[in-house]
Amino acid sequence: MNTLENKLNATETAKVETVDGCIVVTVEPCQLRNAATLLRNEGYNFLFDLVGFDSEALGVEYLLSQTAQPAHLLKLKSQTNNRQHPEFPSLSSIWEVANIYEREVFDFFGILFIDHPDLRRIFLRTDWHGYPLRKDYDATANDIPTHNELIPDMETSHSISLHGGREADEIHSLFENNEYVVNFGPQHPAMHGVLHLRVSIEGEEVKKIDPNFGYIHRGIEKMCEGYTYPQILHLTDRLDYLSGTMNRHAVCLCCEKALGIEAPPRAQYVRTIFDELTRIASHLLGWGCMCMDMGSITAFVYGMRDREKIMDVFEETAGGRLMPNYNVIGGLASDIHPNFRRRVAEFIPYMRKMLKEHHLLFTANPISAGRMKRVGKLSLEKAIALGATGPTGRASGWHNDLRKIDPYAAYGMVDFDEMIRSGGDTFDRYIIRLDEIEQSLRILEQLIDNIPQGAYCEKTKAVIRLPEGEFVQRVENSRGQFGVHITSRGDKTPWRVKFRSPSLTLVGALKETAVSHKIADMIMIGGSLDYVIPCIDR
Amino acid sequence: MEVKGIHIRNMKYEDFNDNEYLEKYVEELRRNGVNIFVGALNDLINWGRSNSVWPLTFATSCCGIEFMCVGAARADFARFGWEVTRNSPRQADVIFVCGTIVHKMAPVLKRLYDQMAEPKYVMAVGSCAIGGGPFKDSYHVLKGVDEIIPVDVYVPGCPPRPEAMLYGMMQMARKIKVQNFFKLTDNNKPLQENEHAGK
Repeated sequence: MNTLENKLNATETAKVETVDGCIVVTVEPCQLRNAATLLRNEGYNFLFDLVGFDSEALGVEYLLSQTAQPAHLLKLKSQTNNRQHPEFPSLSSIWEVANIYEREVFDFFGILFIDHPDLRRIFLRTDWHGYPLRKDYDATANDIPTHNELIPDMETSHSISLHGGREADEIHSLFENNEYVVNFGPQHPAMHGVLHLRVSIEGEEVKKIDPNFGYIHRGIEKMCEGYTYPQILHLTDRLDYLSGTMNRHAVCLCCEKALGIEAPPRAQYVRTIFDELTRIASHLLGWGCMCMDMGSITAFVYGMRDREKIMDVFEETAGGRLMPNYNVIGGLASDIHPNFRRRVAEFIPYMRKMLKEHHLLFTANPISAGRMKRVGKLSLEKAIALGATGPTGRASGWHNDLRKIDPYAAYGMVDFDEMIRSGGDTFDRYIIRLDEIEQSLRILEQLIDNIPQGAYCEKTKAVIRLPEGEFVQRVENSRGQFGVHITSRGDKTPWRVKFRSPSLTLVGALKETAVSHKIADMIMIGGSLDYVIPCIDR
Repeated sequence: MEVKGIHIRNMKYEDFNDNEYLEKYVEELRRNGVNIFVGALNDLINWGRSNSVWPLTFATSCCGIEFMCVGAARADFARFGWEVTRNSPRQADVIFVCGTIVHKMAPVLKRLYDQMAEPKYVMAVGSCAIGGGPFKDSYHVLKGVDEIIPVDVYVPGCPPRPEAMLYGMMQMARKIKVQNFFKLTDNNKPLQENEHAGK
């Protein structure tokens, strides 16, 4: 760390400190780009997340990680007191994924990123008034719109002249005049939700994709600022509803870390079992939907049939099917049902048998394999640059499984393999999901007979107040690395909550992988990336 | 007036919870008497309509997954003749509003609804579509889908179980059965529809 500080100080005046084992680098906005370049050269090649914040001063916080040392996070922080024209240099030329993150911060905070190639609103409508995540935002400023939105075909880029003044904003067209642009969505059965893609095509080949989000943007991050911590938990299930348990687990772990408590062993085991059951259910649905995108309804019906078994387990113990709402801060909401162990134990051999059938039905099918192999290739460098974590990154050969990197709950105690492939094409992404189901079954097998006796929940105070500070927690959900970033000022409600959505970067990956493939393959590649739109929009 | 003809194949009349409501509705519809010939033809057409309702494949969030469960093997709404999900609103009879409707989505949903051919029905599935649900405090969420389009059946839950959706579907089948097919635009649609259209 000292060498890093020396290097940073050699070029600028950066403040480097260590808070809770996490290196925090604070720089002035004008030095942000130099500091970022230096860190990039130091091996910080993965931009985990970008957090915009409004603590009287507006600011940005880049959460960085190294693929060589993935367990550690570094925070690169910068803020400005200029609320009228908050400006920061864009880092999208250093980390590609910053492109999409900076658009998000621009949308919510009105922070301008100088030299960003395409700074438009990403979630809200172009005619939206105000920046909702600023503390002085007026929530009544916008009525329900009655007319359709005119989405501009222009990219806007802001630049600064050498003399320090703002140059005229540069505007250039997103699509050429003679390009043929097709709209997909927001209501389209193959879009896996309300995603809107504008696709420029030549014949049947995709040339460029411009995604448009926000059709299910519920403003969860802003709502969290007005809710107490136990209330926030209920919103997390509804982010990525297919990995609701894991998202909730992340927030629980984050609060527990801040409070200095730990869930009892029984809760740790049951949480892990629930996470893995959710992962299986999610992968089954993802598998079924991807196959349905390719025209196989049978796979969808099979996947949903096996998923119902897991839903039964959830329902019996937690009371909810899709959303168990089961984890609470300190442990579990209730003890497990007496049938829980038997049901899960019965499910494991059943699922193993069915997996064989799924492979026989679809993986071994030469037609489907022919469609998937060598289509939608994502290289390892691209996957890291785009922050495509989870099964997608692992299919490209990137070791990014947080269950291995930074074990939480009972993951440190169980024996399982991180599934890695090297091809990075659609077939690899497809097969890795089925392989992960097998690994999840292995985890379940080791845990289900050894659930320790004892309390299922640690006692917490009736009103939970987190101590002042910033807390980050990452978990592996079924689509990749899910992150929670809570800024607390010691109140019973948080000052700022930021969720890192793994699906957002996956759509960024779609933009890269689907280009120069057929339009039907774009749908299939989208299915193999398996993004969930409400998680993107939050 | 005696109420006849609201029996549907799948569930007994006595097993429904809100029969008084439906009886009142029928009474209102038949206030001016029913022509025997037209009435018989009506019954025949409605028998067919209520047993082959085609939903639009529409879902914005979580409830969509439960909607998929209703379509899949265990719940299987094909048993009720609802299985032909349409991808185009032009061919759909009913729109299941599964999930939260936000400001950016509102004009899109309105447009989808407008594109559907009459007679058309709306089912608000889940607490978000009914009244904003857990997101009612948000700056970007509609407090119920009935702010922009008229709703026929509300199915509560977060998300509703597949069985709840099936119950809602059967309620809608009953509603379709009692309607006067030849006078649909006159007396079967709630008044708010026109008011909202002009808003």
